[in-house]
Amino acid sequence: MSSPSSARKSEELPDPLVEVRDLVTRFDLRTGLMGRIAGRVHAVEGVSFDIVPGETLALVGESGCGKSTVARSIMQLEKPTSGSIRYGGLEMVGGSRHDVLRFRREAQMVFQDPFSSLNPRMTIARTLMDPMRVHRLGTTSELRARAAELLARVDLPPEHLDRFPHAFSGGQRQRICIARALALDPKLIIADEAVASLDVTIQAQVINLLMDLQRERSIAILFISHDMAVVERMAHRVAVMYLGEIVEIGDRRSVFTSPQHPYTRKLLSTVPVADPARRPTTRNLMTEEIPSAVRPPDFVPIKRPMRQVSPTHWVRESD
Amino acid sequence: MGGSVTLNLRVPVPADPIPSAAALDDDMILSVEDLRISFALGRRRSFEAVRGVSFTIRRGETLALVGESGSGKSVTAMTIMRLTEYDGAQIAGGRIRMRMKSGTVEDITKLPEARVERLRGSEISIVFQDPLSSLNPVFRVGDQIAEGIIRHQGKSVSEARATALNMLKLVRVPDAERRMDHYPHQLSGGMRQRVMIAMALACRPSLMILDEPTTALDVTIQAQILDLVRTLQQEIGMSVLFITHDMGVVAEIADRVCVMLKGEIVESGTVEQIFNHAQHGYTQALIAAVPRLGSMADKDDPEPFPMVVYSAGGAAA
Repeated sequence: MSSPSSARKSEELPDPLVEVRDLVTRFDLRTGLMGRIAGRVHAVEGVSFDIVPGETLALVGESGCGKSTVARSIMQLEKPTSGSIRYGGLEMVGGSRHDVLRFRREAQMVFQDPFSSLNPRMTIARTLMDPMRVHRLGTTSELRARAAELLARVDLPPEHLDRFPHAFSGGQRQRICIARALALDPKLIIADEAVASLDVTIQAQVINLLMDLQRERSIAILFISHDMAVVERMAHRVAVMYLGEIVEIGDRRSVFTSPQHPYTRKLLSTVPVADPARRPTTRNLMTEEIPSAVRPPDFVPIKRPMRQVSPTHWVRESD
Repeated sequence: MGGSVTLNLRVPVPADPIPSAAALDDDMILSVEDLRISFALGRRRSFEAVRGVSFTIRRGETLALVGESGSGKSVTAMTIMRLTEYDGAQIAGGRIRMRMKSGTVEDITKLPEARVERLRGSEISIVFQDPLSSLNPVFRVGDQIAEGIIRHQGKSVSEARATALNMLKLVRVPDAERRMDHYPHQLSGGMRQRVMIAMALACRPSLMILDEPTTALDVTIQAQILDLVRTLQQEIGMSVLFITHDMGVVAEIADRVCVMLKGEIVESGTVEQIFNHAQHGYTQALIAAVPRLGSMADKDDPEPFPMVVYSAGGAAA
């Protein structure tokens, strides 16, 4: 059986770690004293995909397309309007406390801005030990030894344990965030624009580190990005999001070599080419803005079907 | 790229010689000569963020100043605007000569603050990385663009607003009449950056400095802004100093490139020279770090980035 969400090579079909089905997340916009609903942000509309262990699924799209809302919905930081998110076969939307707790331990997130996602008043040791302490994984000295190991894994010396975040550069901080995500031996890492704020050379180091870790521990990664060039290097499969919907999903090679949806082509055409001889001269000056996802309260979204391009590649019909 | 490269960093780079101390060539807009900027760390200690930087910009030319965070590229740009002094920096040596619209050549480092104030916006303007924090949230964008025009050109409010509207149209803001009365929070990131560029263009400066103008933007919007800067330059022939860490962006926009490392320019040349025959290991590392679209076209599985690590010894490994 093949469906857009499980678009991948059929010979290797391990059980998916994460199954997202028809996820819808909307936000009400209220006005006035009575809190009348004036409109809704249709942030995520009917998104479905799977992630298998050891795989990187890249979710690409521009600011405001709903990719971060998908991540936050999976992490239970946002309450979905409808749809289902299953983790290891267990339903997470309205799931039991016990299941969600286990999920919280096995799924970790790395955020975009390493300056605001580390507590400036906690030493690195405390930052790394806190998640393990919450889940009661050992005595303080055991945890400290483990924190030093984690730091070594992201190529930082153990003497950094007693420093505070302000003493580190952006790339180092992002590596600390990755070390913190690793503290609980996660099976799923959600990286939300984790390298977007870093210099290009540092960006390459951080991505290589993530790929190494994935190979070592067969971690599944949901990699959220707007940068197609980075995605091309590290993703196994790619899902392109536009206005809350997945418009194209498939294995990385097909999506990049034969993009089907006009929006995917547009995303690919805007990546700077590091070759002055191939500088675009005839590109039309684009001025359009991304359309808003705010709709009137009585809006019913149109559902367009997805068309199969190849066994592993699906595209949404466009008009 | 494996070979070891050693360069004596103190030797001026031949491709971009220090202009003679005497006259400034007629088509030269800006000449930065042996600029040194230091920050006081305490009563005795100081830190030299820029150590003997020299470059020139010709009329209508785009010079890219490339380097990683902390290389001193933004400090250099801010000093050309004479804004670093407000951050506790001191010009420890060198000069910055600028050809004014009137044709006279002035050393910006020696000008009194009152004259520098008249310079900002009318002769040199700057666009910063984060448009949201560089626009005033409580004023309409039209009025913010008009402010500089009133101040520098002494026009009336209605004349200035007309010019501001033209500027918004010039930077291709759709529906410009309505946007004039919007506040910054009502605009998207790309539109805000356009407003910043409109503001920078409003008094027709001969040099526009763009300090990482696209870093905070999506790639699609980045492409729009780069196209816009290129088109504007053809239309009005101004010079641009473009500051970035992304060699991909440099390839798209620059005529000439200066690569900065730890406060010094380690390599400079035309964009073709830099991309095809980079001499310095650090330049090679910067170019290698740019992800190239299509490099994975014949591969099924992901692959790590090739790392060209530059170490301070001057060797590329």
